Amino acid sequence: MILGLVEHESGVPEETSLEALTMARELAAGEETELGAVVFGEEGGALEGELGPYGVEEIYHVTHDRLDGYAPAAWGESITQLVSELGVSTVAAPGTDRGHEVLAHAGAALDAPMATDCIAVDVVDEGETYELRRHRWGGSLVEHARLEGETKLVTAAEHEYPIEEAASTTEPTVSEFTPSLDDAHLRVRVERVETADEEGIPLGEARVVVGGGRGVGGPEDYDKLEELADLLGGTVGASRAAINEGWRPHDDQIGLTGAQISPDIYIACGISGAVQHMVGCKGADTILAINTDSEAAIVQKADYAVIGDLHEVVPELTEAIRETT
Amino acid sequence: MSDGELPSRAETVIIGAGIVGNSLAYHLAKQGRDDILLTDKGPLPDPGGSTGHASNFLMPVEHSKEMTHLTRRSIEQYDDMDTFTNSGGIEVARTDERMDELERRVQSAKSWGEAGRLLTVEEIEEMVPYVNTDIIKGGFYSEGAGTCDPLRAGEVMRARADDAMDGGLTLSPNTEVLDLHVENGAIQAVETDRGTVEAGEVVIAAGLWSPKIAEMAGVEIPLTPAVHQMVSVGPISFFEDYEGEISFPVVRDMDTQMYERQHGNDLEVGSYQHRPILWDVEDIPSIDEAPLSPTQPPLTDDAFEQSMADALEIVPELLDDPEAGIRHEIDGLLSVTPDGMPLLGPLQDVEGLWSCAAVWIKEAPAIGEAVAQWMTRGWSDIDLHGSDINRFYEYGTSREFVKNRAHEGFQKIYGIVHPAEQWQSSRPLRTSPFYDRQDALDARFFEAAGWERPQWFESNEDLLERYADELEGLKRPNEWDSRWWSPIILAEHLHMRDNVAMVGDMGFGKFDFVGSDVVDYMERMVVGRTDVDVGKTVYTPVLAENGGFVSDLTIARLGDEQYRVITGGAAAGGDRAWFSGHIGADEDVTLIDRSESLCTLGVWGSDARAVVDSVAEEDMSHEAFPPYTAQEVTIGEVDCWAMRLSYVGERGWEIYTSMGQGQRLWDIIAEAGEEHDIRPVGMGVYGTTGRMEKGYRLYGHELELEYTPAEAGLTFHGVKDADFVGKEAYAEALEEDNAATLCTLSVDDHTSSDGERRFMLGNEPVLNKDGDVIVDEEGRESYVTSAGTGPSVGKHLLMAYLPPEYADEGQGLHVEYMGEQYPVTVEVVGSEPLFDPENERIRS
Amino acid sequence: MNVLACIKRVPNTGAKIVLTDDNQRIDTSNLGFTMSPHEECAVEEAIQQVESHGGQTHVLTLGPEEATEQLRTALAMRVDEATLLETDGEEWGPRATASAIATAIRDLPDEDTEFDLLLFGNESADMANYQVGVRVAAELDLPCVTGIKSLEVEDGVATAKREISGGEEVYEIDLPAVVAVKEGINEPRYASMRAKMQARRQEVANLEPDRAVAPGTFEKIRLEAPEADDSDAEVLGEGADAVPEIVELLESEVEVL
Repeated sequence: MILGLVEHESGVPEETSLEALTMARELAAGEETELGAVVFGEEGGALEGELGPYGVEEIYHVTHDRLDGYAPAAWGESITQLVSELGVSTVAAPGTDRGHEVLAHAGAALDAPMATDCIAVDVVDEGETYELRRHRWGGSLVEHARLEGETKLVTAAEHEYPIEEAASTTEPTVSEFTPSLDDAHLRVRVERVETADEEGIPLGEARVVVGGGRGVGGPEDYDKLEELADLLGGTVGASRAAINEGWRPHDDQIGLTGAQISPDIYIACGISGAVQHMVGCKGADTILAINTDSEAAIVQKADYAVIGDLHEVVPELTEAIRETT
Repeated sequence: MSDGELPSRAETVIIGAGIVGNSLAYHLAKQGRDDILLTDKGPLPDPGGSTGHASNFLMPVEHSKEMTHLTRRSIEQYDDMDTFTNSGGIEVARTDERMDELERRVQSAKSWGEAGRLLTVEEIEEMVPYVNTDIIKGGFYSEGAGTCDPLRAGEVMRARADDAMDGGLTLSPNTEVLDLHVENGAIQAVETDRGTVEAGEVVIAAGLWSPKIAEMAGVEIPLTPAVHQMVSVGPISFFEDYEGEISFPVVRDMDTQMYERQHGNDLEVGSYQHRPILWDVEDIPSIDEAPLSPTQPPLTDDAFEQSMADALEIVPELLDDPEAGIRHEIDGLLSVTPDGMPLLGPLQDVEGLWSCAAVWIKEAPAIGEAVAQWMTRGWSDIDLHGSDINRFYEYGTSREFVKNRAHEGFQKIYGIVHPAEQWQSSRPLRTSPFYDRQDALDARFFEAAGWERPQWFESNEDLLERYADELEGLKRPNEWDSRWWSPIILAEHLHMRDNVAMVGDMGFGKFDFVGSDVVDYMERMVVGRTDVDVGKTVYTPVLAENGGFVSDLTIARLGDEQYRVITGGAAAGGDRAWFSGHIGADEDVTLIDRSESLCTLGVWGSDARAVVDSVAEEDMSHEAFPPYTAQEVTIGEVDCWAMRLSYVGERGWEIYTSMGQGQRLWDIIAEAGEEHDIRPVGMGVYGTTGRMEKGYRLYGHELELEYTPAEAGLTFHGVKDADFVGKEAYAEALEEDNAATLCTLSVDDHTSSDGERRFMLGNEPVLNKDGDVIVDEEGRESYVTSAGTGPSVGKHLLMAYLPPEYADEGQGLHVEYMGEQYPVTVEVVGSEPLFDPENERIRS
Repeated sequence: MNVLACIKRVPNTGAKIVLTDDNQRIDTSNLGFTMSPHEECAVEEAIQQVESHGGQTHVLTLGPEEATEQLRTALAMRVDEATLLETDGEEWGPRATASAIATAIRDLPDEDTEFDLLLFGNESADMANYQVGVRVAAELDLPCVTGIKSLEVEDGVATAKREISGGEEVYEIDLPAVVAVKEGINEPRYASMRAKMQARRQEVANLEPDRAVAPGTFEKIRLEAPEADDSDAEVLGEGADAVPEIVELLESEVEVL
């Protein structure tokens, strides 16, 4: 059996889990074995009606009276026990924080090899061996590798596997599975969930950064950026050019000799994109450049760009966000 | 400003959009070019070259007038673009030797018209409170120094260029040049990965990639990428109270070859003290492959260790700020050339192809301007002869040579470099057929344009005794004054005057011109009348259109349609480019370069005729071989060609023969001269003592673009009928009163305050009685253009341009040398020789 | 409190990574090396925790002799001690690496310098296996949590936080424990010049690890550098007209609204 770990939100499977499930189904087909899914949480049973289109034949709903939330070692142990009991050859998980963590625990318990962030897995030798491709360097490189073992663990790189439904829909049955867990498996668990406090976050830790360069034109116009940043729970930064002009305090500098930021989004306003600056913001997941010059280096390096004057765009954007939220 | 599709043709293509390319674009536009393509492999505004990682400070005072004036002019431009911050700069000294050097800095500052003065330790403490003054002895303050933003300046220049041309600037970043198309010796097109652009002219301004681009056209630009290590330390709390980029003077810790300068709340620490780390241009990663930029490879840690110790010593408080760390550290790559000067000018083997390479931030705007002037009108406001790429024509372009010299020169960047200091590596490279004989006579060789030339001969040491009385008072007790010098030079000089000497090879450039249009061509090139009888020689200035000097040289008419031009070795490459560049497309004139095939032996002195006549087939008498004429002669078995003239003011000949027969010629003359005690003498006599007594000018010293023949006292040709380059300005200058006139001065008293006799070496400022530097009405400072002892007149002689109020024979003035003022007297105004003013020796 | 940070030497690459001709590794001839970014934060966290609670910091890496450079970087950040588990430069898989580190951790400290906190980067920049920390924890029977962006220690309990959509999961773990951290947990300090200079002379312990053989294998065949996406940014629009597109981006793509 190939077992897929399915994460869900109140019984609705996560997209990344469906991606992993697509990968798992291909493996099951290659090995001519059946596809199972393992789910955790009270509402896990509700997945019964969700996973049929993906060819899942059996859903193992893990329940335990001491398991009321996410607990990585306990989840890993549950999977380990399922593997032994069901004769699972491969566990596939999404390439998420939890997917990686849970599978790593299972891998440690099973002493099994694990291939993470896979983008393609082919079955060879009737399942003895997988030939796979996986991401390295955040996707900048692809590794071609061979995975062998009685039990194999794989995770699917996020948003790399297109979710595909099975040729024929199955009607999965749900089995409750109660693992045997001891204290050691429950030493680490989610105690509570807090909403993030995003006031006055240092640049290096901010999830949203609004940066201003020479295009801002003077110290007073940074107010516009401040407003936008406040609204997004973010922080304002500046390029060295702006710092050199004395428009912002030195601490606000983003760049090689300033803060290195790694926000979810960096909105670069009126910044040309000198090397010194780009090094500081390369950790950003997404860069949006607002610049009048479509040839500016930042426009080439950014993910998204708006060609226009920040003095028009930023206030309008702030207004629009106010209306939305 | 358009970008996007590449045009199929552009009048001017500039390869490289760093500060140099941007400056060129702007200044070419200002000079009237109206269709320029500016292209770069990298993105804008920072394409990834040296412009993007420089520490961006400008310290204007250097010992080179050319570089000082270029930096001054660059500061003015940066300032005009609002990209300059006048922080001032201080060079600090940790040693007494360096304090002397800083005195010399003051001297150069005065000579080149730049503010500069010495600071006491207390003054330094006041200005830069974070410097550890316990370890320094004083400093040199350059008030005009500051920092610039070259990336921003580039943007401004592009915009201005586009304005000046009404949208004639096309930008093409992210475009890699793949090939240069050359046909019939002229540039045709630039092939890029985005298409091919036909071009009327192409400038290579690609920084350290320039050699690679030049190679595509089959020519060479001799530079190598070299590492300059730099780190940035911050955030430093001390700077928190100071807004903006910089509030304190840049500090150069000269003895450790380092600098420390504020940049925001960082302190940038740069070093030139580490071992030279030279790169191959092929090893430089692409923009995509480089973590920072192609020119910012990671710091070589072990090479930086001593630099850290030295930096911690001089600015301990800032660097030990508990919050501060090394935020940025690189092996910054910059361009280094065999002699440390830029590589500018026409690449003469490919018409329409120019080099503007090995230019640093501090001089880039002015160099862009000067090269633009050169390209469009043939001359630049600031004389660029020290940077002319053609100084490396025919030699010095091999990778091995460039690396050896760059390696050696790296230590000189902040070093104390004596003006006569000689290079040690890659020698001997160019040797004449006399070399082995000279070497056997213990010649002390100096190098010029790659040629090994004896400066003096240790084998002549015995002459010191013979001339002990004459040399009394002319010997130099101070080590600095006598470094790279010997009193033997003076004794050799006296021996030549009294007896006879042989000098050579001088490393001259020798160019023959033939063709049916050669007479008109030659008349057009020079001030002197050249349509003279066959066999005549003409010494003449060569001028640019502004009436300033491009060169001075001797032309001999060899035949009805044949001339030979003899010019100084150092200027030969540039002169060759000038002459070949002026041959019209339809003109029947061919230049044959004989520099490497002919050698020159001078035989001069009272007994010169006796010696030469004894071995010549021809009659060498005064009547048969008059002065200032040339003839073919046979010396012993050797076929020669000789000119009867002398740069040392003596009876005698410059005898030319093939390199192959040169050694035989040497031996014949030496043997024939034995009974007259003929001595080989060095270039010390030829280039300094002999010519100084005779008031002979030297290109690059007295003669520059910035001075005219009228001012240099070289007006003996009058204004000829034929048109020639620079005629209008020349004639005008003859009409007007000189703003300054070249004079010969002598030193009245050599005694310094501590009683030691000191001897000026050149480039010292000339002061009036009030101690102020003399400046003429055109704003040119009076400084010593050449200095040298005249043994036959028993005086240490100086040349200097002086405004009319001081250009009076007998006028007393002062010259500042090493922080002290020495009284001097104007001996001659103009070119009249101090020794043998009637030239009787030459004419007899 | 004694804190260990485990790091890995990786090349400092640019946007485009060039491979050697045999496609087995990155061509590093013109590259510098660094520690993986998450691990740099682990080192910083170790230092900060010890600054608040006292104790010793220790940094450890498994790698070739050249990895001493990265240990020295940590020492220059003012970590107290460093250990190199020296390999011949071959890439070690996560299981062999974890086993070697676990063995070293068992052997390293004398009795009163047991590690209270063992910090790892969430995943290495070059291999991204996401499992070394967990496997080390399992071998040492220590509690473990990964993906941590906030860490506080009080009375022998670590409060660790992991970012999730719209908030943070909070874990409370008794020490000793293994924590794998992510970039953003702190801002790693830059080494001071003096510390960097001193670190060059500091001693680095050198151990020769055994390469464990485990059942099943994961084996690299070759690397491939896909064509880098160097296309320009997606232009959302011009001027203020683009505002709806920006809002959409912030809402759906980046999910910060």
